[in-house]
Amino acid sequence: MEQFSVELVDWSRAQFALTAIYHWFFVPLTLGLSFIVAFMHSIYYKTGDEKWKNMTKFWMKLFGINFAIGVATGIILEFEFGTNWSNYSWIVGDIFGAPLAIEGIVAFFLESTFIAVMFFGWGRVSKKFHMMSSWLVAFGSNLSALWILVANAWMQNPVGTKFNMDTARNEMISFFDVALSSTAIFKFTHTISQAYVIGSLFVIAVSAWYLLKKRHLLFAKQSILIASVFGLVSAVCVAFTGDSSAYDVAQKQPMKLAAMEGLYDGEQNADLYAFGFLNNRKDNSNFKGIRIPSMLSIMAYRDPNAFVAGVNDILNGNEAQGILPTETRMEKGRIAIQALADYTLAKKAGDKELAQQKYIEFEENYAHFGYGFFQDKEEVVPHVKLTFYSFHIMVGFGLFFIALFAWLLYASMKNKLEKHKWVLRLSVWSLLFGYIASELGWLVAEIGRQPWTIQDILPVGAATSHLSVGNVQTTFFLFLALFTVLLIAEIKIMVFQIRKGPEKGGSHV
Amino acid sequence: MLQGYWWIIVSLLAAILVFLMFVQGGQTLLKQLTKTDKERSILINSIGRKWDLTFTTLVTFGGAFFASFPLFYSTSFGGAYWVWMLILFSFIIQAVSYEYRTKANNFLGTKTYDVFLLINGILGTILVGAAVGTFFTGSEFSVDRMNITIASDPVISRWETATHGLEAALNITNLALGLAVFFLARVLAMLYFINNIDNENIVRRSVKIVRLCSGMFLVFFLLFAGLLLTKEGFAVDAASGKVFMEPFKYFHNLIEMPVVLVLFLLGLVGVLYGIFLGAFKTSGKGIWFAGAGTILTVFALLMLAGFNNTAFYPSTYDLQSSLTIYNASSSKYTLTAMSWVSLLVPFVIAYIWYTWKSMSKKKVSESDLENDTMAY
Repeated sequence: MEQFSVELVDWSRAQFALTAIYHWFFVPLTLGLSFIVAFMHSIYYKTGDEKWKNMTKFWMKLFGINFAIGVATGIILEFEFGTNWSNYSWIVGDIFGAPLAIEGIVAFFLESTFIAVMFFGWGRVSKKFHMMSSWLVAFGSNLSALWILVANAWMQNPVGTKFNMDTARNEMISFFDVALSSTAIFKFTHTISQAYVIGSLFVIAVSAWYLLKKRHLLFAKQSILIASVFGLVSAVCVAFTGDSSAYDVAQKQPMKLAAMEGLYDGEQNADLYAFGFLNNRKDNSNFKGIRIPSMLSIMAYRDPNAFVAGVNDILNGNEAQGILPTETRMEKGRIAIQALADYTLAKKAGDKELAQQKYIEFEENYAHFGYGFFQDKEEVVPHVKLTFYSFHIMVGFGLFFIALFAWLLYASMKNKLEKHKWVLRLSVWSLLFGYIASELGWLVAEIGRQPWTIQDILPVGAATSHLSVGNVQTTFFLFLALFTVLLIAEIKIMVFQIRKGPEKGGSHV
Repeated sequence: MLQGYWWIIVSLLAAILVFLMFVQGGQTLLKQLTKTDKERSILINSIGRKWDLTFTTLVTFGGAFFASFPLFYSTSFGGAYWVWMLILFSFIIQAVSYEYRTKANNFLGTKTYDVFLLINGILGTILVGAAVGTFFTGSEFSVDRMNITIASDPVISRWETATHGLEAALNITNLALGLAVFFLARVLAMLYFINNIDNENIVRRSVKIVRLCSGMFLVFFLLFAGLLLTKEGFAVDAASGKVFMEPFKYFHNLIEMPVVLVLFLLGLVGVLYGIFLGAFKTSGKGIWFAGAGTILTVFALLMLAGFNNTAFYPSTYDLQSSLTIYNASSSKYTLTAMSWVSLLVPFVIAYIWYTWKSMSKKKVSESDLENDTMAY
């Protein structure tokens, strides 16, 4: 039969990453554009002005092209938890499944029911019901993001749960702890606000292109005005929620924070590496560039004197700071795993006393359970350079977007947009930067937390299905080919519709 | 109790999904029911306004199954890998096809997207039917929770055939159910077109072809029902939890649960009456009777699979690895929390119903689409 292997884990990860990366090309635009469309639709409803109707229809058309492929990639992610992460599905399904089910019942139906009204309701339903449908699509989309992000946040910070030795899985003990954890709140607000940035950048990029081509001038200017207000507010939210997320990561996932900052040796008054490069050294001489003194300590603990743990502290331990060496945690993890095995056998044999003893042993060591699956302590270190650069480039773009939106808002209000062609050109390119920043954000979140599917509880190696590598390789390449073809189709259709312009609201061949 | 409640919810979602698969059935009728581009456009726009609802029901069915019976999710999806992957591939290509098929510069051409829709219509229905068939015929897998304590190979659920689920399509009972679902989806689609489309040609052709497809549906459904009610089933000893083979188990279930028997018969009558209305009276009401009948029949079938001390996902490799609604379920806490959420379901159904009615006041016709810039 199939052999369990590291290769299988890597291919399963690659397939999930591939699907998530493609899915994330489409979702932010859906989330952001849905509100912009609803807002424009409301203006049309209030004013009855055909100009706003055309504008709404144009952006709605582009929304639809993007929405379909987002849905297609989304379904794969949901089912891949089962197909490729079978052990994960059982061990944490009791907690993880619930938000997924709620997402379906509460959010997806709202989205899919009213999207049909939004697209095809022109002249079929009342204007008010139609306009409301656009808002319900926006709320439905964003609500669906809420529940999947709650589920993701729980993987990074597994609260509200307890391991049940009889069923060999984690079980939920507090729904509200899961749904309202600090990680969930920061992850949701950070992710959706950056999606609004993408939506705004999309509207701005298309409109800026029209201005450069001297087409649809009024349409473009009004679109930029709306998008720059929405974008500026969202980009500022991204910055604040990003800062809160980093603070949360410092408390819950210190290894991820160390990787984000390329920090190997923990220190007090830790500097923030603002701009520069990492070399291959595994100590604090690994960075060449500009540092901001004590800023990392402030970011991580709101205190310039605070100690921030580095990769080496977590690997080798730091007694003064109360950090256990990874090898000690591995040993304790193995004790927990063995206690689980002994407990099950004792229960089967009817030896209650031994079962109770093993239960206590398990509980004492459970915090280290996941470490028991590792062979080598180095396995707990994520890819530092990839996490570091992803994080820094993302932050750089994030700050740039605030400046861009602020300038565009100012120029819109002063009616100066067309005078600065280079800013318009930069605005067109900014959409690409937005997508890069958005994907890098997920790389930080997901590469930075490796090797864990569930922090400290379940490493990726213990979460997979029992498949041969060949099966997963085959589906990986099928997905790669299919997603790429569909992405090309989407971009070609989108570009054609944009070139065609808003007056006709886009149309058929 | 809670497990039973969630088995009912999941079964209801599955039943609604099979009804909504009229979208898939319609996708397989593009060539037979239409001769011109305009007719094709009418047909596509008729089902195109519902594809997302079917898709969402599939996603929600998956989510609800995951949340309520995670061991099924873990065992079936991770094991019958290729069946689920093929179903998924067919749904990916469907999702984009409506939106892209007539758009200018669509890279693959209209014909390719129509083929995508056809593939989804065939594979989606047959494979979903065959996968549900394994609820009665079993699969070769093993489940051992102790595996989690083997750090070098900790996977709990293991599939014991290298074909990873494709073997299900070779079983005559599974295949009969798959083909029954396929022809039922086509029948429902044509009944829906009679209701929803204002085009003489499409309606005339639907009336003609629905008779033939209904015959095929009945052949495969009766074959499946006959095999099911006469076969050995996977019974569970209530006291010990041990799984054993019981002759005529599903027939016993049917007569031991009279409510299910009534639902099953009502469902069948509904489907037949719906077909009669559509095929012989050209009545738009056919879809409602056949649709409700489909929901009742599928629901009753799933009750046979999960209730009355029956293993709903049996293992033929190791009987004791079979999944029951008790050993595969989430914890009481999670099921209770989700039960609160499930109280929203009637509200969801109500707004779906309301919007469906609002949008269907006007039938889809040539003139309807002429001025619609948002049409597919």
